[in-house]
Amino acid sequence: MTKTQKGKGRFLSGNEAAAEAVRLCGPQVIAAYPITPQTTLMEKLSEFVAAGEMSAPCKLLLVESEHSAMAAVMGAAMMGSRVFTATSSQGLLYMCEMLNYVSGSRFPVVMANANRGTATPWTIFGDQRDSFAMRDSGWIQFYVESGQEALDTILQAYRIAELPDVMLPVMVNIDGFTLPHTYDLVQVPEQKAVDAFLPAFKTFNKLSLEAPKCMSFAYGPDYHLESRCLQQKVFDEAVGVIERVDEEFYGLFGRRYHGLADTYRCEDAELVLAVTGSAAGTTRVVVDKLRAEGKKVGLIKVRCLRPFPAKFFASLNSPQNSCKVLGVLDRNISFGLEGGLYTDAKASMYRPGAKINTLGFVAGLGGHDVSKADIEVMFGKLANLAEGKPEEEHQFIGMRWA
Amino acid sequence: MKPRLIRDFHFPARPEELAFGVCTDAGVLTTANSGWRVFRPVLDASKCIRCLFCWVYCPDGVIGKEEKDLTIDYDYCKGCGVCAHECPKKAISMVKEGE
Repeated sequence: MTKTQKGKGRFLSGNEAAAEAVRLCGPQVIAAYPITPQTTLMEKLSEFVAAGEMSAPCKLLLVESEHSAMAAVMGAAMMGSRVFTATSSQGLLYMCEMLNYVSGSRFPVVMANANRGTATPWTIFGDQRDSFAMRDSGWIQFYVESGQEALDTILQAYRIAELPDVMLPVMVNIDGFTLPHTYDLVQVPEQKAVDAFLPAFKTFNKLSLEAPKCMSFAYGPDYHLESRCLQQKVFDEAVGVIERVDEEFYGLFGRRYHGLADTYRCEDAELVLAVTGSAAGTTRVVVDKLRAEGKKVGLIKVRCLRPFPAKFFASLNSPQNSCKVLGVLDRNISFGLEGGLYTDAKASMYRPGAKINTLGFVAGLGGHDVSKADIEVMFGKLANLAEGKPEEEHQFIGMRWA
Repeated sequence: MKPRLIRDFHFPARPEELAFGVCTDAGVLTTANSGWRVFRPVLDASKCIRCLFCWVYCPDGVIGKEEKDLTIDYDYCKGCGVCAHECPKKAISMVKEGE
């Protein structure tokens, strides 16, 4: 039996896989407000709580809004509880204020966000404009490719968040509807394996009558800058922790995701496409097809938006690296500039005389499908640029009118 | 003179002395508010009847009642004047800083 066959293989949607992870991690308090496409995740968790199937006694709080959901889990975290919440889209935007409270006060809240576009135009369908809008909220942000990765990343998220050197909140982004509502075979680890990986949560950063605390207070102009510098340093620290925890996870569960960014067939690749989330699966298939045709193409799967794999992108510019043109697929857009991932990737690679050319693609907004054909078109454009043919730097791909 | 709960204020000398996130032990205030003040409250103890209205109303908890006479912690008093406004005996007057 190989390591990957450990535990039970079960036919689960991405939301159900995420709920299984939360059940195994045993938060003491869950607070959430329903929103598509997160809803079935919370439905599953409420079934677990009602049936007493959570791995630890759990209180499910039904709150009146997402702002209250985040405030409620922050309150529980202040008492030293392991907590969980989940949301999507407008719900995440509504939480925005509390996201910043939680991160600045260093409460290790774990949240699943089933990605969905933001109104208006109103949409219930998937893109990553919701979580990209929360980029600067001080949360670690993961993007996953499958239900299995959603489950595994939530296990890792609690481990990372609760380490004393980190103590940051973590958002696990699950591309709606592609992942939350698609069923796939998922390995659900056994409880004792999870318990070995994730110790009970203990923190000094909590309220108690014996050791009174002052929490979530103000820093005036005299130290505000210094406190933000410390917050940035914690993110620097988190880079190594995320990589280390992934290694540790691999040792116990036989699955790994390679820290902040994973690569596929990049060893000698000249044309490389960087993506987040579910588009990675589609891109793997296209890379295999183009490789079979003899084209030197590869995939970068950006797993973490924050902390950003800046060193990894910088390394693409080294003379030893085969990459000639980097394309970036964004399922989000910052109006007035470009896709957010593209901005960060370019900035990380910048140096005078950089050898790599870049193209930014925006696709898959509001549930618009990112097809294999679309990915092929993107690689075709990277090839054009490599051959010296002109290409616009910013392009929308897959539009009805090309 | 400070209320007993509040420890003496000192500026953190090193990053390690900054609070963990913005949470720390109770009784530590990170920033002295005294620089905000234009008028400072001055208590005339001879008029004070220790009704403790000022102690209750002070939004920053800078009124101390441990001593025989009430005290005011000028590190953290921001000079809002609520105490003077609420005092039924007009025992607190607001005096311009520097005068």
